Amino acid sequence: MEIPKSFLGYKRENGRAGTRNHVIILPVDDISNACAEAVANNIKGTIALPHSYGRLQFGADLELHFRTMIGTAKNPNVAAAIIIGIEPKWTKRIVDEVAKTGKPVEGFSIEGAGDIETIMKASKKAQEFSMWASEKQREECPISDLWISVKCGESDTTSGLASNPTVGNLMDKLEPLGVHLCFGETSELTGAETVCEKRGKTSEAQEKFKKTWNEYNDFILKEATDDLSESQPTAGNIAGGLTTIEEKAFGNFQKIGSRQFVDVLTPAEEPQKGPGLYFMDTSSAAAECVTLQAAGGFNIHLFPTGQGNIIGNPIEPVVKLTANPLTAVKMSEHIDCDVSKILSREMNLDQAGDELIKATIRAANGRLTCAEALGHREFVMTKLYRSA
Amino acid sequence: MATDIIIHDEKDNVGVVVIEKITPKQDCSCWVMENDKTVSIQSADEIPLGHKIAMTDLNEGDTIIKYGHDIGKVVKSIKKGEHVHVHNVKTKKW
Repeated sequence: MEIPKSFLGYKRENGRAGTRNHVIILPVDDISNACAEAVANNIKGTIALPHSYGRLQFGADLELHFRTMIGTAKNPNVAAAIIIGIEPKWTKRIVDEVAKTGKPVEGFSIEGAGDIETIMKASKKAQEFSMWASEKQREECPISDLWISVKCGESDTTSGLASNPTVGNLMDKLEPLGVHLCFGETSELTGAETVCEKRGKTSEAQEKFKKTWNEYNDFILKEATDDLSESQPTAGNIAGGLTTIEEKAFGNFQKIGSRQFVDVLTPAEEPQKGPGLYFMDTSSAAAECVTLQAAGGFNIHLFPTGQGNIIGNPIEPVVKLTANPLTAVKMSEHIDCDVSKILSREMNLDQAGDELIKATIRAANGRLTCAEALGHREFVMTKLYRSA
Repeated sequence: MATDIIIHDEKDNVGVVVIEKITPKQDCSCWVMENDKTVSIQSADEIPLGHKIAMTDLNEGDTIIKYGHDIGKVVKSIKKGEHVHVHNVKTKKW
């Protein structure tokens, strides 16, 4: 198949392109959720992104919170953003960073005004933004404007066998075209960490990966009551045929094909070294991982699943694929790309990779993903430690 | 072209059952994904979907290769065609 050289996206002020055209109402903190949701309820064409944190955080945990907030609003899938926080200072910090992209953004703080006045003022601005954004048209954008993140979930043996290698095949085909790619799941690479480290393109990238994985492993050894040998692989994994943690990790690792990563990103960090594959230090919990990748600037997500994970994200469309023929039938409303014919050898990896490229481009062009149609908007902050 | 077993990589010494189960003495068709070749093997055990079969005789201490990588060590010798799982393979990690 000849790979499409372009897709239809929304060109943004900073040169990036979006696959979506959202106007978001972003609460800085948990107690501003009510206000944000009221504004989104008032003004059609906007979407609120409620979440659970943002108060009394400190140090690296607070920095990650800001990085996630700012990155989410900066994402090219967001046309314009309203930021609502309890206090003006933290609200302004986010607004100022988002404004650097050139997109419309305005902040509101509730303290001293109350919910009702804030909702009124923010709604007026949100209406202006929504109507402005509604006139934006999709234009032809080079395929290199796609920033694709990947993460798998509810994996079973069909994931390592077929759906993860399908994503790997897509990566092998799209990376040479200048696409940005991102994988994460630090914990799930345990067992394949030394092989993964060698996939670093430079010794610097390799060192960064080693340091990141070691820090994760030290944390596990400190917090865990045992060495994970009882929980990795899980009883369900073993019943399904997985024997060792190495086998599970290499199944996961198939998602990056034969690519090398150019750099290692901290959670929610935006890539700075140009096109290519990046590793981001993330949890393996689906919603946390995708939220961090979206905040890193990725504009479309590929999610292979075995038993049928149902995750979505409010701003980054999540394209799901499965190679499990039962999941493809029983949970068909969640599956955007069915590659189960690989198992019966009616489809090879090259064909499966092409099918996934087609599904990805269709979603990038605007076709709703299953998760979007079903209203999945999981927006979940990663917390490094408890708040003060 | 139906297949009973998928082998990821040419270097792998195990394959994965992709039909409901294979039964003892069943002649199985194996698809090597990496090079799109077909090989055959006769099973020695009943092996369920998603589980592994030994493509060669393996001795205690040998390394199991899947995805072209080391996924653990043999702790009890395995004959070609036998079921490969937690009773005869362990992680090298712990």
